[in-house]
Amino acid sequence: MTPPDRLVAAPDAPVISTAGVDGMLIRFADTLSEAANRAALAFRAAIDLAGWDGVEETSSSLVSVYLRFDPIHLDHLTLLHQVTTLLGSRDWYAAELPEGRRLWRIPAVFGTDLAPQLSEAAAQAGLSVDEAIASLTSTRLRVQTIGFAPGQPYLGTLPDAWDIPRQSQLTAKVPEGAIAVAIRQLVLFSVSTPTGWQHVGQTAMRLFQPDAREPFLLRAGDEVQFVTTTPERLDALHRDPKGGAQITVIG
Amino acid sequence: MSGGLKVLKVGPGVTLQDRGRLGWLDAGLSRGGAADLLALSEGAALLNQSDDLPALEMAGMGGEFEADADMRIALTGAPMRATLEGVKLAWNASHILPAGARLSIGGPEVGSYGYLHVGGGFTGRLRLGARSVHLAAGIGAAVQAGDHLATLSDRGGPIGMTLDVEDRFTGGTVRIVESLQTHQFSKAERDRFIASTFHRDARGNRMGARLVLPGDGFGTKGARTILSEVIVPGDIQITGDGTPFVLLCECQTTGGYPRIGTVLPCDLPIVAQAPAKAPLRFHYVGLEDAIQAERKAATTRQSLVKTIKPLIRDPHSIPDLLSYQLISGVTSGADKSDEE
Repeated sequence: MTPPDRLVAAPDAPVISTAGVDGMLIRFADTLSEAANRAALAFRAAIDLAGWDGVEETSSSLVSVYLRFDPIHLDHLTLLHQVTTLLGSRDWYAAELPEGRRLWRIPAVFGTDLAPQLSEAAAQAGLSVDEAIASLTSTRLRVQTIGFAPGQPYLGTLPDAWDIPRQSQLTAKVPEGAIAVAIRQLVLFSVSTPTGWQHVGQTAMRLFQPDAREPFLLRAGDEVQFVTTTPERLDALHRDPKGGAQITVIG
Repeated sequence: MSGGLKVLKVGPGVTLQDRGRLGWLDAGLSRGGAADLLALSEGAALLNQSDDLPALEMAGMGGEFEADADMRIALTGAPMRATLEGVKLAWNASHILPAGARLSIGGPEVGSYGYLHVGGGFTGRLRLGARSVHLAAGIGAAVQAGDHLATLSDRGGPIGMTLDVEDRFTGGTVRIVESLQTHQFSKAERDRFIASTFHRDARGNRMGARLVLPGDGFGTKGARTILSEVIVPGDIQITGDGTPFVLLCECQTTGGYPRIGTVLPCDLPIVAQAPAKAPLRFHYVGLEDAIQAERKAATTRQSLVKTIKPLIRDPHSIPDLLSYQLISGVTSGADKSDEE
């Protein structure tokens, strides 16, 4: 078999690679785009629906789909053929967003000592603090993928001004529910963790609750709009695992 | 009959572990589970029970335990100093732990993770399809002194048995396959990678093992970060300063650092068990060879139970077990072979 990153390489087409001994990755692009993100979400759903024998797990990232399979009972070439056939069955870049999507209106405090890097990030984006807050709350964002930590969404896409790099020095710790910005995306943190993203806002969301009936709040394809609140009101919202979010079904 | 184990003292890294939680990758949750899955299967073979049952994983230090009722136990993984009422217990073996007797497990002689199994398995708490504690995700917590660990009822089986294990506790050479960004590294860099002897850094945990470089950091031809995509245990990512990290069972599910290779699942226990400063080398194998190796490892795992044999014990170093009432259904391996 050819090297993993060159298994199939036609121009303007998805690229299929092996990932470890028991995985395959289908990349729809090498940079983030709306169409490639939709393609990844739709293609992963189609694989799950196909229910192929030997495929044990699937996941999607920003623009790629991963399959984990049992290589002892399903050989790579058979799976490659199945994947290629499914890829050719339609134009995945024109796929609709998943059904059952929801809009989450999430209360958040921007700046203050709860989110100490707002002014620094705003300056890098060439905005005043008020303009930055207006920009972050007026943009309806999409959950492009869930990953890194349990239930943790990557939200995009912010206006061009927010194309700011990750910090070279990590922030030692941001709390659960933190909103952090870099490269025209926001991450809403599901666990307390070190990060290179800048901490600009704080919510009371508990995105992953292992003991709850629904352990994960957000799903890829959901939309998010932040609504400003005060530190006092946010404090009270910590009693609600959804952090005071209002939820509407949109599609 | 079911009882439990009282925890009198315990090291900081003792957690209940099973084969992990598969199927939650899309929700951002990595599989977790035992750092050394082979040790889980070896313990199950010694007790002749399913390797789906959870055991206590002891990272770097065990603890002191006392059983409510007589129970069968097995000790596997990194060999640790273990005593029952002050008398040394053989590692990679099954024993009886009589009610009220004190089991002490110290630090590893070699390796990193030791395992304490009980007949019937620990009860634990089923969450998202598994009983394993996932520290990075906040599922459950490490065992604390004063805890009482409930066990499921034991249908009985052998004790006083042992088995030969693969030495995987001192580092060594690990097989890898090419990974998602292997070819973003020049041939010279890949050649240097496989020619290098690394040492495991002391700063490791269940998420990953940092490797100490013999020379300069490794660099790719392109950017240092790529668009974030899936990470699986065994991936060797090269971080911004060129340092390799081997990702382990509790790793993050996505990442943007390039991966130079992926460790074969059957060789991953060598990395997980390598103690601080142990040497590690990497060797690329083709996909077909990797699948053959996995097939062989799966067969070995399934037939472990056939390899158990009676422990030859020094009569001067066995506790006076006759003074304890043994649970019904328990037979010592030595007795069994006498009958045969």
